[in-house]
Amino acid sequence: MTTPPSQVVLSVEDVTIDTRPAGRKPIVRNISFDVREGETLCIVGESGSGKSVTSMAVMGLLPKDALQVTGGRILLDGEDVLQATPARIRELRAQKVAMVFQEPMTALNPVKTAGAQIDEVLRLHTNLSAAERRQKVLHMLERVHLPDVERIYKSYPHQLSGGQRQRIVIAMALILRPRLLLADEPTTALDVTTQKQILRLIKELQEEEKTAVVFVTHDFGVVSEIADRIVVMNRGDLVETGTCAEILSNPRQDYTRMLVASVPSLIPRCVPVPANPKVLEVVALEKRYGKKGLYRDRSVLAAQNISFTVRKGEITGIIGESGSGKSTVARCVMRLTDPSGGAIVLNGHDIVPLRNLRPMRQHVQYIFQDPYRSLNPRRTIGQSLMEGLLNYGLRETEAARKAAATLELVNLPAEVMNRYPHQFSGGQRQRIAIARAVVMEPDLLIADEAVSALDVTVQAQVLQLFEEIRARTGISILFITHDLRVAAQICNTIVVMQDGRIVEQGAARDVLAAPVQAYTRSLIDAAPAPDWDFQNFRPVSRAL
Amino acid sequence: MLGFVVKRVLSAVPVLFMVAIIVFMVLRLSPGDPAVMIGGPNATPDQLAALRESMGLNKPLLEQLFIWLGAIAQGDFGVSLVSGKPVAALVMDRFGPTLALSLSTVVLAVAVAIPLGVIAAWQQGKWLDRLVMTGSVLGFSVPVFIIGYVLILIFARTLGWFPVQGYKPLSAGFHDFAIRLVLPSVTLSFPYIALIARIVRTNVIEVMNEDYIRTARAKGMTEGGVLMHHALGNAAVPIVTIIGVSIAMLIGGVVVTESVFNIPGLGRLVLEAVLARDYTVIQTVILLFSTIYVFINLGVDLLYGLLDPRIRY
Repeated sequence: MTTPPSQVVLSVEDVTIDTRPAGRKPIVRNISFDVREGETLCIVGESGSGKSVTSMAVMGLLPKDALQVTGGRILLDGEDVLQATPARIRELRAQKVAMVFQEPMTALNPVKTAGAQIDEVLRLHTNLSAAERRQKVLHMLERVHLPDVERIYKSYPHQLSGGQRQRIVIAMALILRPRLLLADEPTTALDVTTQKQILRLIKELQEEEKTAVVFVTHDFGVVSEIADRIVVMNRGDLVETGTCAEILSNPRQDYTRMLVASVPSLIPRCVPVPANPKVLEVVALEKRYGKKGLYRDRSVLAAQNISFTVRKGEITGIIGESGSGKSTVARCVMRLTDPSGGAIVLNGHDIVPLRNLRPMRQHVQYIFQDPYRSLNPRRTIGQSLMEGLLNYGLRETEAARKAAATLELVNLPAEVMNRYPHQFSGGQRQRIAIARAVVMEPDLLIADEAVSALDVTVQAQVLQLFEEIRARTGISILFITHDLRVAAQICNTIVVMQDGRIVEQGAARDVLAAPVQAYTRSLIDAAPAPDWDFQNFRPVSRAL
Repeated sequence: MLGFVVKRVLSAVPVLFMVAIIVFMVLRLSPGDPAVMIGGPNATPDQLAALRESMGLNKPLLEQLFIWLGAIAQGDFGVSLVSGKPVAALVMDRFGPTLALSLSTVVLAVAVAIPLGVIAAWQQGKWLDRLVMTGSVLGFSVPVFIIGYVLILIFARTLGWFPVQGYKPLSAGFHDFAIRLVLPSVTLSFPYIALIARIVRTNVIEVMNEDYIRTARAKGMTEGGVLMHHALGNAAVPIVTIIGVSIAMLIGGVVVTESVFNIPGLGRLVLEAVLARDYTVIQTVILLFSTIYVFINLGVDLLYGLLDPRIRY
């Protein structure tokens, strides 16, 4: 996979990045690595490892009042960017080094058209005429495989999909053919199939231009698809570097081994549950957003003809890409939104006609994706946990006792009751969010992308926690995810959704190991590195 | 876009209608009988009855409302109870000075406040920012009449650069017209400069933390370019909102300034009408102000659509 030796484009030598004012522990310590022409280097690490900060430092984009490079050199084609004047750095940007960011939804200016934003790069760095620039931008839009480039040129970001926006950002980054492309988690916010396309696009453009690529990611699946060489970082230190094959099949450091092994396997682990009583039965559910107009039908059918069941103690996964309607179904089951048709039978009662939702709400609890925003920052953990219990008439002492017991169930000490959410890490917060749901002793838990925002090692722990809670309480879980690897770890049964319909459903081992439908097959194929068995550091074929 | 404009303009019509009804009701519900007001304290009951008959005051309220709305629609606002002159002419006479003062104040305030706010945002936490923010607290807290008299003392009495008081219409020549507007506009603009500069600063600082600002920097743009081309455009919606509010507040607040600088504008007219209980004049001025507010709001709404492509109602 390695390219023949060629010119070094980026050389990071012994770089240390400290907070400003300095004094505390530096956030990046003595990092060194090289990237050559046409080579892809992946910097891998969990959140807080310093991987993004390192790439920002190369770009000269560290927040000036918070972070500073305190030691080392960053050589771009032999020129030390740390010594360059601000004017020289602006010259280097886009011409020699360009960047693609994580969030295509926010990386583009919402009040300017896509074309104008790419055009701006040319206006800043070239003397081309307006017509020449336009020609060049349209050509670049074609090169990133956007359809109908004339229309895209005039479109505002909100009129484009996530994948299209990321193509715009890539077009913007590569239009001046820079020597080095820094990509900071560029596919993390995208669906698997879109991710695969974007990875392929970066690879394709890189091969045409011999660009050096630094690809920052936490996802070893993505790494195994594109990396030539890998740098593993942990809490500001460089742990290990090596070729892709070396790191994936024979990691030397314990931390690297742990990180690689945390990538969930695509091989389904759970067998179907026995014929327990049905906790939830969804029958021909339909949800239409917006109204049918008199002349035009502006409504969107977000879910149609959805039928599935969740039995006691069962974890049912709904998997699909964004816009597939999986969250709509979850919200209907919780009656956060009203279904347009069909029945939702909870413990034998249809909840669709219900007017008073309070008694029902106690039996269904929801866990949201973002643990940073789902807890009220002004309430202590104890208050958040007890609120629901008090609402349903429990006395305060009893509620406190229950809250403490539930915290222990999610492996947090009862002392944390008096603390506030900002005092916890993302993983801890998600445990608290789970405790907040479980404390109500619901029959059904809805986990909507509940582990998607977490690092792989934390993700593995939280998945383990779901298993434990299920084993101890016999709870049923409706598990919404876009991640097939996560679904394979935890789900007994799986429902695959696309465009508001169910494509395929059945036992996890059948759906994931032997899918019947082409769409399910394509989802599995698009998952990064389907053929690598990360837990055992070897290809899947040998594991079977 | 055209559909958006038409929708917004049409939605202003019922609002104006409601405003007219409310103005009509407020005056009918307020204490005091217009007939007594006109007839004077010495009028006999017969004279009062005749007055009521001739003014249509004994007709049903709803009929009165329709007669009045019909008259307004034809541009007939009645006659002043005090001077007997047509109200429309009275108000139009005074409208020019107020319009001139308000417009020059808004233009001045916006022209000064936006650069100040952007500079403060750019230099956030440094001495220039502190200076602007301290100045804005002052501009906000010192009453207009004090600023006015201080400015008159310095620039009119001591330095003699500007006339102390008075107003000349544009027809009297641009120089005479403009030179008399300078001190009143500067006086009046102080609190608005303070207010708008603050809003600009806050919103630009907020926008500067957005991801697309980082993208713009990554393109190799200068900090000034980032501020002007990316930050200001995205901060524009709240800024335009506050400018709209400022214009509305301004028109209502010219009374004091017009008194200080002896400008024969609407503010003075209202003051005189209120003191003399000249209901028809008050009614018409309230209606005029309300209509202006409705159109300012309409203009702000239309600007939103222009500034942010995501906004369509």
